[in-house]
Amino acid sequence: MAIPAVDRKLQLVKRSRMLDMLYAAQKRYGYLSEEALRHVAEELGLPLKEVCSTASFYSLYHMKPPGQYVIQVCEGLVCSLRGGAEHLVDHLRQKLGIDVGETTPDGKFTLQTVQCLAACDTSPAMRINDDLYENLTLEEVDAIIEMLAGGR
Amino acid sequence: MLSSRCWQGGDEMPEKALLRNAGVPHVERIDVYLARGGYQAVRKALLEYKPQEIIEMIKRSGLRGRGGAGFPTGLKWDFMPKDPNITKYLCINFDEGETGTFKDRYLVEEDPHQVLEGAIIAAYAVGARKAFMYTRGEFPLGMKRWIKAVAEAYGRGFLGKNILGTDFSLDVYVHRGAGAYICGEETALMESLEGKRGEPRLKPPFPTQVGLFGQPTLINNVETLACVPHIVLRGPEWFASIGTEESKGPKLFCVSGHVEKPGLYELPMGTTLREIIYEHAGGVWEGRKLKAVIPGGASTPMLTPEHLDVPMAFETLPKVGSMLGTGAVIVMDESTCIVNAVLHLARFFAHESCGKCAPCRVGTHTMLKILERVEAGEGRDGDIDLLLDICETMYGKTFCPLGDAATNPVTSSIKYFRDEYEYHIEHKRCMV
Repeated sequence: MAIPAVDRKLQLVKRSRMLDMLYAAQKRYGYLSEEALRHVAEELGLPLKEVCSTASFYSLYHMKPPGQYVIQVCEGLVCSLRGGAEHLVDHLRQKLGIDVGETTPDGKFTLQTVQCLAACDTSPAMRINDDLYENLTLEEVDAIIEMLAGGR
Repeated sequence: MLSSRCWQGGDEMPEKALLRNAGVPHVERIDVYLARGGYQAVRKALLEYKPQEIIEMIKRSGLRGRGGAGFPTGLKWDFMPKDPNITKYLCINFDEGETGTFKDRYLVEEDPHQVLEGAIIAAYAVGARKAFMYTRGEFPLGMKRWIKAVAEAYGRGFLGKNILGTDFSLDVYVHRGAGAYICGEETALMESLEGKRGEPRLKPPFPTQVGLFGQPTLINNVETLACVPHIVLRGPEWFASIGTEESKGPKLFCVSGHVEKPGLYELPMGTTLREIIYEHAGGVWEGRKLKAVIPGGASTPMLTPEHLDVPMAFETLPKVGSMLGTGAVIVMDESTCIVNAVLHLARFFAHESCGKCAPCRVGTHTMLKILERVEAGEGRDGDIDLLLDICETMYGKTFCPLGDAATNPVTSSIKYFRDEYEYHIEHKRCMV
């Protein structure tokens, strides 16, 4: 016999797994494809539109296939003051031959800009996948990109 | 590389509290933390005091929330219902994303047990049996260290059932955010924890009445909780002896921008901007002159060199038209284009506006558009007044404080640097 109060509570707790499940789906499918989103919706017993609405709210979910390395350059005020931001972004644009939001044709790099990474004392800063790089110079950026481009 | 970080207390504070473990190798490990006197506060709180006595202690200390709003912490704890039959929760707000702020990231990455101790004592005081850590999605290292710290604390009996042989039990859960500044707003954080879009809820009811999963919930910032073990160990009188009339205790000031030594500085509440910038952060870099300073993070109105002697405290900064915020001091030298600086902040707020209410959703993007064209030399006559008009339309009329915050850099910069805006519009270029 269904007990509405208990059901409601269970549904609440179940839904709180949403963000983690979206991360897991993103890892498994490479990005949040329709298939991935449907999978999450089924697991949580929610309509697809609810899952899409939630996923699209957050900037760390990829709604299209990202490159192997997602470069996120901080374009916050402090990184800009310390000579980073625009400078770094322009440099990476030229080096990779892509614009912000694009992925290199070989699928290796995606270039993004992000807001503050809480590394203002060690700015300019960027993230590549889950790694934070601080106190960056253009030479260091070159070295990092070349290392990643060469490796697999 | 964290080794390059500059963390230090001022000379007049020989005994650091929040940064007492700064630079100690591997203090994120429980053995090292315990060897330095760790978990004595939890022991003292749980074995020697009743929950209500802890609340009274925090009230007497004068501690106010370190997440930006400065609400009295003890009062917030006291708002929680006392009925032991009601399920209550604790939320730890680690969604630090305010431009200029990096204190919580330091605290959790480098000294997670200090924060965990504060959380255990807070949960004990308000009768919460479950605590939820909400980690910003961009902080994988902090999350990793926190999970390890929690596991170690379970292993040593500081978490789990019947902690230290008392009838108090606590479990800690960890949630990872996914990239949204607004989730630092307490009700948006709870929405996000519940697996929804991080849009703020209408208040009242306040979270201490109806919070996470509809239950009374105490939510505190990481730095606020980090203060708690020190208050328990050294006494509320010690804490209240530091600082100003209405702002007590030590504070972590994040200094960034055009200074010689950007870094995290633990100083008494009420330290002046001048002392922070010139004595601790080494002054403005390359011998240049100071042009403007944002005292408390992106949300707080900017100030000018004439305000350098204002004490950094909750009650003093409003007197000169600004706020303490998170204590994130962003320094700008004479070479800074103010319009360009404000443009960066406007981009931040436009990007982070959640879109729930129209004044903020439309206002932040319209301001961004106008600032972009002024900065690019395509500004129009009347653009400055238009910006002020939008700010007036937004201020106090948005669902949550993000809308107000977005207007602060714009109105304050026009107040002090209107001539720079005018120059941009008239000469189609920057004057600096």
